[in-house]
Amino acid sequence: MTDRDYPEKPGAVYFFGTCLVDLFYPRAGMAGMELLQRQGIKMIFPQGQSCCGQPAFNNGHRDEARAVAAAQIKLFPKDIPVVLPSGSCAGMMRRHYPYLFEGYPEEATAKALAERVFELTEFLVHVAGVALEDRGDPIRVTWHGSCHSQREMGIRDEPKTLLRQLAKVELVELQREKECCGFGGTFSVKQPDVSAAMVTDKAADIEQSGAEKIVSGDCGCLMNITGALGKKGSAVLGRHIAEFLLERTDDGR
Amino acid sequence: MSNARDAILAKLRAGDAAGEGPVSDFSVIYGKSWSREEKIARLESLMVAVNTEFHRTTEADWPALVARLLEKRAIPSLLIGTDNQLIERLQDEEGSPDLTIYDGRYEDRKAEVFEALAALTTTRGAIAETGSLILWPNEAEPRLLSLVPPLHIALLDADRIYDTLWWTLTEENWQDGMPTNVVLISGPSKTADIEQELTFGVHGPKELIVLVIDG
Amino acid sequence: MTGAEGCFRERAGTALKDTQLRANFRRAMDGLMDKRAEQFSDVNEWERLRGLGESIRRRALARLPDLLEQLERNCTANGISVHWAETVEQANETVLEILQRRGAKRVVKGKSMVSEEMHLNDYLGRHGITALEADLGEYIVQMAGETPSHLIMPAIHKNRGQIARLFKDNIENYDYTEDPVEMTAVARSQLRREFQDADAGLSGVNFAVAETGTLCLVENEGNGRMVTTVPPVHIAVTGIEKVVEKLEDVPPLLSLLTRSATGQPITTYFNMITSPRKEGERDGPEEVHLILLDNGRSRIHADAETRRTLQCIRCGACMNHCPVYTRVGGHAYGGVYPGPIGKILTPQIEGMRVFGDLPEASSLCNACVEVCPVRIPIAQVLVRLRDEAAGHCPRPTVKESGARKSVMEDLVWTGWKWMHRSPAAYRMMTGLLAKAGNLAPSGAPLLRQWTSARTKPRFAGKTLHQMVREKGLADE
Repeated sequence: MTDRDYPEKPGAVYFFGTCLVDLFYPRAGMAGMELLQRQGIKMIFPQGQSCCGQPAFNNGHRDEARAVAAAQIKLFPKDIPVVLPSGSCAGMMRRHYPYLFEGYPEEATAKALAERVFELTEFLVHVAGVALEDRGDPIRVTWHGSCHSQREMGIRDEPKTLLRQLAKVELVELQREKECCGFGGTFSVKQPDVSAAMVTDKAADIEQSGAEKIVSGDCGCLMNITGALGKKGSAVLGRHIAEFLLERTDDGR
Repeated sequence: MSNARDAILAKLRAGDAAGEGPVSDFSVIYGKSWSREEKIARLESLMVAVNTEFHRTTEADWPALVARLLEKRAIPSLLIGTDNQLIERLQDEEGSPDLTIYDGRYEDRKAEVFEALAALTTTRGAIAETGSLILWPNEAEPRLLSLVPPLHIALLDADRIYDTLWWTLTEENWQDGMPTNVVLISGPSKTADIEQELTFGVHGPKELIVLVIDG
Repeated sequence: MTGAEGCFRERAGTALKDTQLRANFRRAMDGLMDKRAEQFSDVNEWERLRGLGESIRRRALARLPDLLEQLERNCTANGISVHWAETVEQANETVLEILQRRGAKRVVKGKSMVSEEMHLNDYLGRHGITALEADLGEYIVQMAGETPSHLIMPAIHKNRGQIARLFKDNIENYDYTEDPVEMTAVARSQLRREFQDADAGLSGVNFAVAETGTLCLVENEGNGRMVTTVPPVHIAVTGIEKVVEKLEDVPPLLSLLTRSATGQPITTYFNMITSPRKEGERDGPEEVHLILLDNGRSRIHADAETRRTLQCIRCGACMNHCPVYTRVGGHAYGGVYPGPIGKILTPQIEGMRVFGDLPEASSLCNACVEVCPVRIPIAQVLVRLRDEAAGHCPRPTVKESGARKSVMEDLVWTGWKWMHRSPAAYRMMTGLLAKAGNLAPSGAPLLRQWTSARTKPRFAGKTLHQMVREKGLADE
């Protein structure tokens, strides 16, 4: 359970796609926006957006992160929610922008922005009030929530609440659901052995669950996990939750 | 070394200002309180869970109980402090063990202390929250009594079981006069250092017997 | 001294191949996590209690110099001699001086991580004084010639067979057994003699109370009480940050410590020492000494952000919950303190040159942050230390700041900044990657590390930006 106040459903929101979605999972971004539009919310997608700045921030290059973050902040001037299909990037904006801009000219704007940043699933559950109708065939899936969605954004129940709305979806839980998958951004290439050990264990956990699909709210995790599943020739497919929810409620693919 | 002292303090005073620091809210601790019976029950439950032997007895009966407990273990003698009342109660008891009195400096009593098979002490009280005995060792009951012999028998007054450590030390103003040593004892000595498997009697007593004297 | 061969990556790589070690740790950490969770099942109590714990530690750190002086005054009035040491050299010399004055040859030890920091045992050994570990885990580790691999359970990396073999090799007439109960009994009788024969006992300190000049010690075995009561001299060593202001501050911290460390409501013994043996008392040491060690802590204290590191009460919960620690064990960290606390403490004490890679041994999953009983923002300090390592701190304060500066990395991130700050440049880069990114070979630098355990990530043919443009969504 997150412990924040949620606004009334707005007429419009900004959508921040995130760089990983942009390059690797654009359909997840389109799906997220579609889900929101179906709730009668208008999408505004500033084309000037790029990256929240987290990669540089986490790697000891704070100035570079701040420069890019400052450019992003300018793109969301209206006092309406900014929704992101990533707990990790939402966490960066919500938790770290105030810290990053402390003592800088953008401080007030950054803090105000942080208050209206939402991760997609928390927004769908607590603001957009979705009620999903499952049109798909029976399927067994399992969920992996990113560390930052859990621990920086406090999101634990919302994605599962959404998945449980789907009548024909059997949700099984991983044995070590809360354990990090080992992505950690550049951690996966700076400490490749430990990262590989972590993702290998996560993949094994997924396979033992009997799930046909692994659903996640974060594309970094998804890329990492599906990469490991692919490497061992697993039949388990990965899906971003936005894409999965749309698939199930769309034409039942 | 005053050089090191001055240098360290100077460095600490030269850093980022810290002010008085945050105010602490102790209210999460106030709430923990139990009735007299609940306290005894809680104490028993927590102590038994870590292998303490627990008996309820009375002022009249405890010496006989001690005699029986030692007889059962074929322990012929008991190490004890210099509290005369205690000594008399035990000596008056038929079938009581031989008493070895720890009445000299440790240096002169080393053999007795380390060869004793059992010792008996009183206690200052106990703490229900954690299942702990409170001992304030003193001249009459030295520190090693409750540490060295493999069996420690502790007498506890049922009226002196307190809710929490915090309540006890603030209520009794321990800060106004701490003795040489205070020790909270919550069970027999134990370890899980070998494959996390619990074993007892590493260095402290292997057995702890608590006699709660009620009435 | 470092004891660190190679870098974290290498040490971790070695540890990862040791399937026995990984199995030992996994089982042990699971057990510790479960026990802790049982203790803190009341979430409301947990959050409030750790908030209290945090405030107690931050208050003490805020007033640290005054409290150290108050501690010294009260200890001295009680008959405890207080010594200050800026460096481990000074601390070792002080210990030696105390021992030599009494002609001491054998020291018996309770568990003390600070004494590990001092490499005290080796130092004393070089001066003809034997220091014998009496905590069972430390006793085992000492036999093996190793350092502890966990804050609370030093021999956690050893199984019973390994321990039995150590006993066989080190204990005369050892009647071979792998049974923990029997091994414990053997250790008990061996160490009993040591307690009686030792010239001095050495311990750490869990909390030093300024208000009363009291040293508090937690333990389960009884060796702490033994070494602080039986020998004629007791030397306590502590880092300067272990001070708490008032006696009433102790119970909340004690509760947080034991429940976080091993899932116990309290340890078997909680020992509060305020003076040496007084007139008329029959036992206890004649002399009690307290050595206050700085070793870089005052420097850590000076910066408000790094100061948070010093809140630590050494419970070990962070490492119990760390997915990295679970897989590599304590020795991979190369220093005295392992796990998440080690990743932020060791580089600051020992410097960035040798340990500047430790802050990178983290995926920033925040599992440690979630369980820290005094709310140290470990992830935040890790990121700060990454800045310091890379030489990017506007106000660097950490020892050997910038020691890990890499021109290559600086270029990469400068390039990254230009690509992401300018919408036009970003559009060009992403357009290029969408079309040609998948042509990069799996063996390329960076990709190579990725593909060792995963398939190559696939760039989508169109970017999200493109799809949005095609759909005609609003731009502002």
